[in-house]
Amino acid sequence: MIAALRTPRGLITALVLLVLAVLPLLTQAFDQRYLLSIGTRIVIWSIAAVSLNMILGYGGLVSFGHAVFFGIGGYAVGILSAHGVSSGWIQWPVALIAATLWAALIGALSLRTRGLYFIMITLAFAQLVYYVGGGLEAYGADDGLNISRSRFPGLIDLRDKATFYWLCFAALCGTLWFCSRFANSRFGHVIRGAKSNDLRMTALGFPVFRYRLVAFTLSGTFGGLAGILLANEGAYISPAMMSWVKSGDLIVIVVLGGMGTLFGPLFGTIAFFVLEESLPPLLNLFAKGWGEYWQIVFGPMLILIALYARGGIDSLFGQRS
Amino acid sequence: MDYLLLQMLNGVQLGLLMFLLAAGLTLTFGIMDLVNLAHGSLYMMGAYIAWTMISWTDSFVLGALLALPVIFVLGLVVEAVVARRLYVRSHLDQVLATFGLILFFNELVRVIWGPAGKSIAVPAFLNRTVEILPGVPYPAYRFAIIVVGAAVAVLLAWLVARTRLGMLIRAGASNRRMIGALGVNIELLFSLVFGLGAVFAGLAGLMAAPITSVKIGMGDDILILAFVIIVIGGIGSIKGAFIAAMVVGQIDIVGRAFLPDLLKTFLSASAASSAAPAISQVLVYVVMAGVLVWRPTGLFGQRT
Repeated sequence: MIAALRTPRGLITALVLLVLAVLPLLTQAFDQRYLLSIGTRIVIWSIAAVSLNMILGYGGLVSFGHAVFFGIGGYAVGILSAHGVSSGWIQWPVALIAATLWAALIGALSLRTRGLYFIMITLAFAQLVYYVGGGLEAYGADDGLNISRSRFPGLIDLRDKATFYWLCFAALCGTLWFCSRFANSRFGHVIRGAKSNDLRMTALGFPVFRYRLVAFTLSGTFGGLAGILLANEGAYISPAMMSWVKSGDLIVIVVLGGMGTLFGPLFGTIAFFVLEESLPPLLNLFAKGWGEYWQIVFGPMLILIALYARGGIDSLFGQRS
Repeated sequence: MDYLLLQMLNGVQLGLLMFLLAAGLTLTFGIMDLVNLAHGSLYMMGAYIAWTMISWTDSFVLGALLALPVIFVLGLVVEAVVARRLYVRSHLDQVLATFGLILFFNELVRVIWGPAGKSIAVPAFLNRTVEILPGVPYPAYRFAIIVVGAAVAVLLAWLVARTRLGMLIRAGASNRRMIGALGVNIELLFSLVFGLGAVFAGLAGLMAAPITSVKIGMGDDILILAFVIIVIGGIGSIKGAFIAAMVVGQIDIVGRAFLPDLLKTFLSASAASSAAPAISQVLVYVVMAGVLVWRPTGLFGQRT
């Protein structure tokens, strides 16, 4: 533990986690409420990115529909809350089970395919849920629905921004802990082995399909957790949570941060949100009024990242041991 | 009965438009092994460039004819600047880079043409109806789309099956290293195929413009449908793309046309009219999932 702090990677990771852990205190001290809301979203998106990294980074399975779990988790909470079931003790398990079951179902169907077919079938299943969400007249259809936040009476109040942030941070720590156990377990090694050569793993006697299905399902569970938190963050659900652009953003984040590394998705999320928040004012500095067109710079940046950024942000901190 | 016929024709028309988009996509994937998410952006650019040309020339046909070479050149530029570097990369890199292209083009359109949508008027000489059967009128413009779309499909089939370029395309789809080794200038071939795909996408975009509207992101949703089509048809197969496009066109239109009435028998009117488009879109994905479960490489895809 202490030895890990001596490497640049360990030191930077520890600093980032430390800043994240005390963020509500910092934003209060400097009176920057807005930063806390960005921080909350960074933490929630990190959970989703870490969960995507389990299959994309470690497993090499390019799932282009991961934002669907934002939607499943969010809509489970939202629909229950719309029917007067406001207790988080009911909402959260139901949402997690729903996300897990859906992940198991689409995993079982999608993992039969390879390559581009897999990319497209995961995208298609996400679109399917997206359109269902847009067709639910009773729950706001395309416009979305304002919901009340989950209640944990006597325990915590999610309406308090700092409390909610710390809850999200705890969830992120739990997800990271799980992911590290996953990556270093025998199970995780089979998944990583199948990434480099699944025929060989099959020949060695591992039922690769079943291993991948379990990994895909677990990834969906944690994606659902991020969805629950996202719905509670804005007290709002809408199909836009699970639009395919969000799935694309998640892939960008994982690649930007460093695929198949434990903290890469966290760095990627921070970098992504920092870019999103800082590019518009930066562009305005150079040319007044161009800030709103920040994506014209961001798009080519993605191309450059795809072409030249091997290993992502994580690789900037030196070779992995 | 007439209503059913009209809706089926609308389905054919939508299917042909999507086939134009899917043909370029399936060619770029089949030959260059490139997942091009930005194909929908070329569709959008086709509509916007045509809008500018039509405003200049005051003629739909002239404007459209002027727009197509511009889109071809745009396709060549995109190929030379970005796509060419991606052919040898992993699908993940391709998804990422072409996703960046989408953001770039959507924003570029906002800079050049502004955030508000544009509309292209149906050309005057087509702004009437034709009698496809005695007593069954059909909008002439939609009929023209069917004619042009079918003509392009035939042209493409001829090009691929009967010409030297088509021979190289088919050879490239089955083994691109080998045709490179045989002395074919594959860089030129790849550029041409990409440009051709761009023209088809642009043509689909400009033909769709008078029926839908010209707006930012118009290519994104239809692009996903086009991907669904090439996945159902089998990636790299033009025949598969055509058949799948027809099927998807029918499901989408017929679903939209008849589901509301069907749903009204057990839902409220407003719920039915809001749920029907969603259900018909869901149906498309259900069909795709079914096909992939049955045949993991699509209807006409190569077995691995």
